Amino acid sequence: MYKTKIWKKAALTLFMAVIALALLFPIIIISSNSLMTVREIGINYGLIGKMDSNHFVNMKLLPDLVSFEQYYKIFVESPRFLMMFWNSVFMVVPIIAGQTLIAAFAAYAFSKLNFRGRDKLFLVYVMTMLMPFQVTLVPNYIMADRLGLLNTAGAIIFPGIFAAFGVFMLRQFTISIPYAYIEAAKMDGAGHVRIFFTIIIPMIQPGIAALIVLLFVDYWNMVEQPLVFLDDPFKQPLSVFLSRINQDDLGIAFAASVLYMTPMVLLFLYAESYFIEGIQLSGIKG
Amino acid sequence: MKWRHSDATVAVMFLAPSLIGFAMFYLVPFATGVGYSFMDSTVDGQFVGLENYNALLASDSFRKAASNTFLFTIVTVPLIIAISLGLAMLLNQSIYIRNMLRTAYVLPLVVPVASIVVIWQILFDWNGSLNAWLSYFGIARVDWMKTDAARNVVIILYLWKNVGYNIILFLAGLQQIPKDYYETADLEGAGRLRQFTDITLVYLTSTMFFVIIMSIINSFKVFRETYLMAGDYPHDSIYMLQHYMNNTFLSLDIQKITAAATMMVGCILIIVIGLFVLERRFRQFME
Repeated sequence: MYKTKIWKKAALTLFMAVIALALLFPIIIISSNSLMTVREIGINYGLIGKMDSNHFVNMKLLPDLVSFEQYYKIFVESPRFLMMFWNSVFMVVPIIAGQTLIAAFAAYAFSKLNFRGRDKLFLVYVMTMLMPFQVTLVPNYIMADRLGLLNTAGAIIFPGIFAAFGVFMLRQFTISIPYAYIEAAKMDGAGHVRIFFTIIIPMIQPGIAALIVLLFVDYWNMVEQPLVFLDDPFKQPLSVFLSRINQDDLGIAFAASVLYMTPMVLLFLYAESYFIEGIQLSGIKG
Repeated sequence: MKWRHSDATVAVMFLAPSLIGFAMFYLVPFATGVGYSFMDSTVDGQFVGLENYNALLASDSFRKAASNTFLFTIVTVPLIIAISLGLAMLLNQSIYIRNMLRTAYVLPLVVPVASIVVIWQILFDWNGSLNAWLSYFGIARVDWMKTDAARNVVIILYLWKNVGYNIILFLAGLQQIPKDYYETADLEGAGRLRQFTDITLVYLTSTMFFVIIMSIINSFKVFRETYLMAGDYPHDSIYMLQHYMNNTFLSLDIQKITAAATMMVGCILIIVIGLFVLERRFRQFME
């Protein structure tokens, strides 16, 4: 009896591991191939996009020769990749900082203060959150145009800062803080501002962490917004630029792709529990 | 509670930064957009009723895009729900390295789409690796991105990216079901299938509704992958509403795009509200 149980557990683990490997396959391949020489990449993948019916590309797990040539090229010979990388950083960081701060204030109002029409207004916030980007494309464009933000990073940063997701997410955390804490602080003579900074903010720290991770994932990944709002290719984030790399640059593309996903993957592995909690909390009461 | 009287003023203070920005970048422009969809021009426009909508519905590329999107959603949503629920249930069993496996399933969610696109291109090219593997088995090569097969590629990308998200949600739901329900059912002689339909599915109802909504929403986001793989004008079978809207936008046809956006909002609202009504009915029926 006991033995068959272990056998079953092992078989199940193996099955799940095979699926996990299949899911990780693209990530593994791109990481290992980023260590090939540019020449080897050319030999293996040179056929991509060509109509040759006699041969196939040659995907290999391990490089013949481990080399940092592709990384060297990015850092030393074509710094434009690093520039695009910084473009990404300079868009994502203000969005995360701004949305988190402004959302925390709003979340307090939506969960702990009473005013007329509160729940209806909150519902409007939630509804916009469910809309695909293309629906808010025109509104955002009209506004960016009027404010003279087109073709600047501001056209992406401001709608990002005021997106409803942060408000929704942080409300999920503030709503579980008992009124008793706030009433006790009131008795001791604390005002709302003091309550917000000394009670609410410390208590929703896990929520803030979860929001930061989720926003980072979302905006580091953005493609649609820069495509529409930024004409100038030198203002694009790396996410858009990577897709424009042509065949000759394939070698560099591997290394640039790995560089681009590394901060995200490291943050995820470091803060996985916040990420998971964030997704679950935005779901359970949704 | 005397102090509650002052709430409204305090609320305005806390809410103002968010509300001003939200109104400026979302509410007001969106209302303006809905207005444009009923006018013939954005400058000194005349009210033309449903004319823009009629023109939109008469457009071949819109009809193609809308039916592709609809088809994609109704095929992939049930598919991803079945797969992710199955995986979540297996992951919820007694199993080794469970946390590592969960991490592996969720990882595709955080990897930027753009940094994987190269691999997809190598896999699904005419000379690509997938065709190379198929040729081992004597299967003729397929031009994955330039025939109707492109639809399958997009489905695979969607599943790859989103299966982890649903697994997280289903795992949370599964862990809330008390274990002794299953034990009692076992004692009463209920089979596996019966336990699944009468316990698991029933207690997952609210999770399920949320997963369905999010899967539909995420199915719209598959545009990112499609765009990065195939550009503005991909093969006909994967030309989505988002392609249509982006292209209409670039040609500055504001009337058509605002009409399309308004219709999209309408459809999403109908789906979401419909699901909520359905869930409420279902809950009442349960109690």
